This record gives sequence, structure tokens and C-alpha cells, in this order.
Amino acid sequence: MSLDRRAVMAELVRDAGDLLVVAGLGSATYDLGAAGDRAENLYLWGAMGGAAMIGLGLALAQPSRRVLVVTGDGEALMGMGALATIAATGATNLAMAVLDNRRFGETGGQTSHTGLGTDLCAVAAGCGWPATARARTMAEVAALRPRLREEALFAVVEISPEEVERFLPQRDGAWIARRFRAALGIAPE
Amino acid sequence: MRQAGMDAALMCVQHGSREGRNVTAWQNDVFDALKEAGVQQIGYVPDAGHAIAIRRAEADPSIRAVVLTTEEEGVALAAGAWLGGQRAALLMQSSGVGNTINMLSLAGNLRMPFLTLVTMRGEWGEFNPWQVPMGTATQAVLGAMGVLVRRADHPAEAGLVVRAAADLAFGSSVAVAVLLSQRLIGAKVFVQKPHERVEGGWREAGR
Repeated sequence: MSLDRRAVMAELVRDAGDLLVVAGLGSATYDLGAAGDRAENLYLWGAMGGAAMIGLGLALAQPSRRVLVVTGDGEALMGMGALATIAATGATNLAMAVLDNRRFGETGGQTSHTGLGTDLCAVAAGCGWPATARARTMAEVAALRPRLREEALFAVVEISPEEVERFLPQRDGAWIARRFRAALGIAPE
Repeated sequence: MRQAGMDAALMCVQHGSREGRNVTAWQNDVFDALKEAGVQQIGYVPDAGHAIAIRRAEADPSIRAVVLTTEEEGVALAAGAWLGGQRAALLMQSSGVGNTINMLSLAGNLRMPFLTLVTMRGEWGEFNPWQVPMGTATQAVLGAMGVLVRRADHPAEAGLVVRAAADLAFGSSVAVAVLLSQRLIGAKVFVQKPHERVEGGWREAGR
């Protein structure tokens, strides 16, 4: 509950190597940018509810690479059906971490469903994800890090709802996307 | 399942086939067009008009078919596929277009190719009034989100229209929708057998 979101993100993407990271809109995108810009980072500024499915399309297209989706509880809740869709594909190179502050942080801190009883790990397990985990301490976050790069793991990290200083990464989607594709060695269409 | 089976059987007795149309042939043409365009991921929310494409995609080792819980997932799936160097298509019914609206912002913002095939309901001999509002709004909604809209009304042109749409989408990195008209698909005819009015509704006569 007291975990600092920036410290959590920094740990999750530490020594990222060639890990492909998709960040959901809002604070997850700011956190990923603050952890250090990389061509293999995809920052979303919209398309709420779409981060997990972007991760799936990417994971299916790049079966030899690992994909990590990091997003907030509100973004994950809006795309909750994707948890069923992803599990149904049986993709093994995709993992997801939800930074759960139980708030809609961008819009004034209104309580989200995870603050009103929804257990996203239970949802993911019910959808058929082979592994789920919940982290409440930095030691548990550190233990998640290698698992998120090896398993089809759905994780919830309970973070502090405290607001942190804004960090705004690049927001030109066409530029971010082309840099991302170039990092994968994909020629322009 | 029984309902799905019944709907599939009804395909044979739809208005389209009354006009002498072969529902199987154009559906195969459409899938062939997707194959020729190099599509490797197909997200779909099932519809009878996409039944052959879905079945062939599921059976094709070079294509990953992904069943979706809602159509907007298919837009995001296509974005991810393109970021990873693959081409994708989204198969859906006109009623699903409304579910994709905000997610379509991905196409313009990433300036990515996006191809969707939309089987139309609510426009040609429609039996179900609940299909009419979204069927009527489909083209305007797609246009409002910056998606280029093409349309196939006749079986002979369906494959060609999809080929041209795929070339446009993937060649020019734009979003393109092909509306497969309900005339092409045929209006669902629920009342093929005589029905009789009973307390609270209708039921098949002689049951």
C-alpha cells in the first residue's frame, strides 16, 4: 500500500535488455518514461483499455521476444475482457503487471473498482491465466521481475495512491511506433 | 450452440441466396484476399457472414485467429501486430463498430495500417429492429473516426473490394473498412416455417 509507483516501475524494468514494454495511458506511461526512455517502450496516451491487447498482438507477432504490459487499475478494468482473450490464446511470451492504487488517478482520484472489491488477480485466474501474483512490498516486486520475463504471469502491485511529480514522455504516437518498429528491425511499410 | 447451429442453417434460406447467390463462394474469395494481402492475425467477433473466413483462419497454420470479447480489442490487437511487424484484420458485425470508436484513435495516432471487414445488419430486409440503429450509423461512425469506407454489395465484387482495401490500408498506412452489405449476406429469415401466435410471443407451428 505504501509502495512508490516510480520505484516499482524502475524495479520492473531494471536491466530491461530487449524486453518490449507497453505502458497504459496515464501514470503508467509517465512512470515508464521516468524510468528511462528506450526505443522498446511504447507509451500510450489514449486508447484506454487497449494496452493488454496491444501487448497480445505484439507477442503473437514476435514469438521470440518477451512482452510486458504495465498499466493502471483503471485501464486494466476498462479492458478486462482482454484478460479472457489473452488467456484463450495461450500466449506464453506475454506478461502483465497492474500498478493498483485503487484510484482513477488522472481524473481526481475517484475510487476504482479495485478499491470497491474487484480482485484483478482472481479475474485473471478465472480467465485462465496460468499464474497470478500480488506484490505488496519491494521485495515482492523484486521477486516478480524475473517471473514477468519468463512466465505468462498476471501480477498486481499494490502501490500508494499518493501523486508523484509528472514526467511526460514522448507523445507523438507515429514517432514512438516507428522508433519501436525500427528497434525490432522492421522495415517501413 | 443450438441457436448458433440454427442461424447457420438459416444462411441457406436468406434473401441473398434467393437471388441465386452462392454465399460460400464470395466468403472464400474474401478469405483468399486476406491471405494474399499477407494477413497473419485475424481478430474476430463471430458473425455468420464471416463463418468461412473464421473457420479457414482457425485451420491455417500461417494465420493466428483470435476470438475477442469485444470488437475494440481487435483494433488494439491490430496495433500490436503492426508494431511487431505483422499484418492484421478485424472481422466484425456492424453492431460491433460502435464498440470500437475510441480505440480507432490508435490508427490515426500511430499512423498505422488497419483493415476491418464489417458484415452489415439492419439495412436489407432486417427482421430484428435492434440491429437497425447501429447498422444505420455504421458508415458515418467509421467516417467520423477517419476510417476510409468501401462497400461490397455483390458476390462477384467482394474479393476484389477486400483486395483493394487491403492494398490501400497496408500500402498507404491508413484505416480502411469494407462493409459487406446485408444484401450480399442475406437478411436473416427467422420465420421460414409457419409460426403461430401464442401467449407472450410466437412459436414454430406444430411443436
